[in-house]
Amino acid sequence: MSDDPVVSLEDIEVHFTKERLLGFAGSETVRAVDGVSLDVYENDVIALVGESGCGKTTLGKTAIGVQRPTGGTLRYRGQDVWATKDDGALEGGYTQQEIRRALQIIHQDPGSSLNPNYTVRSALAAPLKQWRTDLNEADRHARIHGLLEHVGMTPASDYAERYPHQLSGGEQQRIALLRALLMNPDVILADEAVSALDVSLRAEMMDLFLELQDQFDTSYVFISHNLANAKYLTQKADGRIGIMYLGELVEIGTPEQIIHNPQHPYTKVLLWATTDVHSHGSVEDPPVRSLDIPDPADPPSGCRFHTRCPEAREACKQATPELADHEGDGQRVACFRQRDDHEYWNSPALESDDDVHMNTTSSD
Amino acid sequence: MASRTQTDTDDFDTDADDFGGDLAEDVVLEVRNANVSFDMDRGESRVLRDVNLEVRRGEVLGVVGESGSGKSMLASAMLDAVVSPGQLDGEVIFHPEDGDPVDVVSLSDRELTELRWNEISFVIQAAQSAFNPTMTVGAHFEETLRAHGSDVEEGLANARELLEDLYLPAGQVLRSHPHELSGGQKQRALIALSLILEPSVLVMDEPTAALDLLMQRSIISLLADLKEKYDLTLVFVTHDLPLVADIADRLAVMYAFELAEVGPTDAIVEDPAHPYTRALLKAVPNVADREIDIAGIPGSSPDPVHVPEGCSYHPRCPLADEECRRDDPAFRSVGDDHEATCFHWEDAADEIPFDTEGHDE
Repeated sequence: MSDDPVVSLEDIEVHFTKERLLGFAGSETVRAVDGVSLDVYENDVIALVGESGCGKTTLGKTAIGVQRPTGGTLRYRGQDVWATKDDGALEGGYTQQEIRRALQIIHQDPGSSLNPNYTVRSALAAPLKQWRTDLNEADRHARIHGLLEHVGMTPASDYAERYPHQLSGGEQQRIALLRALLMNPDVILADEAVSALDVSLRAEMMDLFLELQDQFDTSYVFISHNLANAKYLTQKADGRIGIMYLGELVEIGTPEQIIHNPQHPYTKVLLWATTDVHSHGSVEDPPVRSLDIPDPADPPSGCRFHTRCPEAREACKQATPELADHEGDGQRVACFRQRDDHEYWNSPALESDDDVHMNTTSSD
Repeated sequence: MASRTQTDTDDFDTDADDFGGDLAEDVVLEVRNANVSFDMDRGESRVLRDVNLEVRRGEVLGVVGESGSGKSMLASAMLDAVVSPGQLDGEVIFHPEDGDPVDVVSLSDRELTELRWNEISFVIQAAQSAFNPTMTVGAHFEETLRAHGSDVEEGLANARELLEDLYLPAGQVLRSHPHELSGGQKQRALIALSLILEPSVLVMDEPTAALDLLMQRSIISLLADLKEKYDLTLVFVTHDLPLVADIADRLAVMYAFELAEVGPTDAIVEDPAHPYTRALLKAVPNVADREIDIAGIPGSSPDPVHVPEGCSYHPRCPLADEECRRDDPAFRSVGDDHEATCFHWEDAADEIPFDTEGHDE
């Protein structure tokens, strides 16, 4: 196993142009992802957490090469993915098909991502037929049955003949996961893959993800709005949690660092929002200056969180903090408060309602 | 902050059969023997089964259940708002602060409409579709005030205050059309609208499910403030037990279209009696715990046409025995003001252990 990243994002930007009134009233640019760099290693687990509209899904899709970035570079084992798609494979490099096989996705709603006309057997046989041409039909059959039994769908011969609508939500999600794993991928993007399931079924699904990681030797990028689930997944797998806000990565670190020693004010706000069953009976007022997310088409100047940040000062409006490792412990934070000598400490606090503007476009 | 009923956790053998009989508590809304059924091709679908529940004046009651547990149906039953062809059978009694009890189910449509806005208000799940897209938010307030013969000027002044209480810029929101607001803003505007005629009870069905965590928790915190300021009784229906545990005085846990356990929040969260409640709490990771050990519940919730005989939880329950497969357990007292439907609740803590010492605050 090498220490080089499998997937490497460098200064990725994804901007969408939105036309007003079919373009007659001009257009605006939504900066869904802005200047994010992130490396995914072998057997890595990264959870991207943030509110809706923060760009976590767009960043995830960019990482697996299904969303073309408008700026920056996506590399698969050092090779530029989009250059490969545009200009063909390099001599001795990976082909587009190999890259596509290596980067897989599991959607939030398994019911709509499985073909309703395919039985479980045919859904799972398709990737095997394509990538394991050494297997004959009997081998495939045995492999599929083995996997179904492994994920608790017994009797396998019964489940193999079922159609997606004959499966429960949790069973559909297991099939979607198996189908992705059978491609033998290096990285799987799981977009809110457990949030559609009932509370009592989520734990099992999360454990299955982690168990199958060992077997299939893959990395996961989880997208979640729930810090508790993100923590569960990354802590067990020794991974990292990345916190996103309005298209930017504002903090990234181990679950221990993010949950028990958060540095960015936004991470602290997310932790406040994550209810803990044992802390019941203690509701404080929201620790933000504004409840609503600013319009991503018109993000605030400087640090994008300054309009809501309880710690914001004048300096935060002027300049953008860089995501940097301030303590040398691998935890990277984009906040001026990390630097004792920053002019932030001498700048005046923002007036309470000075900059809080209501966002009049839906951010959903 | 809501005052919380203090409970002692000793399980002295309180009289086992006094569930619900005790009206010493100031009850504002009572649901008695409520059943809701739908006739379906493949059989009768009973989506609410023999539910007895009382809502006490001034409390926050959390009704918790997974999808398909019947919790939304219970909320609809409380307002006799079960949609056709569903049939509500049973009693719903509203006790005004002064005046005679009102039998909600026997009211005419007109009387029901009056009751629903003036006394008991309902916030539905889909805030996104609750507003008419062609009208401004302000017009919704005006229409509601006019329809109920209230003074519009005075009412709009109240509306502004309610919106400000919910951290919304009132003038701008009242002028906006629904599509100009974000999901969180719409949901808060809907809560303000439901309070415009000063009801005493607010029933909310998953009022935060479609929203981000930060907005969910913020709404919870705002509701706690509103409740104090306007002297409200809140019924909060949700799948998210930790979320509602923050403000609820009592919790009612539903499983398979029935109530499984009802009791003070502290007791239910720290030492629940029903095996299902225990398993449900163990299935949720706690963000502050350094030790992480969660376990799902094997199997799945039953279909309303084929609810298991006996205790409906028996196929998933590690304590199930012959009795559970045969007989449906009735509610029994398992602690102070705390009831559960389980024959073996005394063994539940041993069988499904619960390490409440292991978490750090």
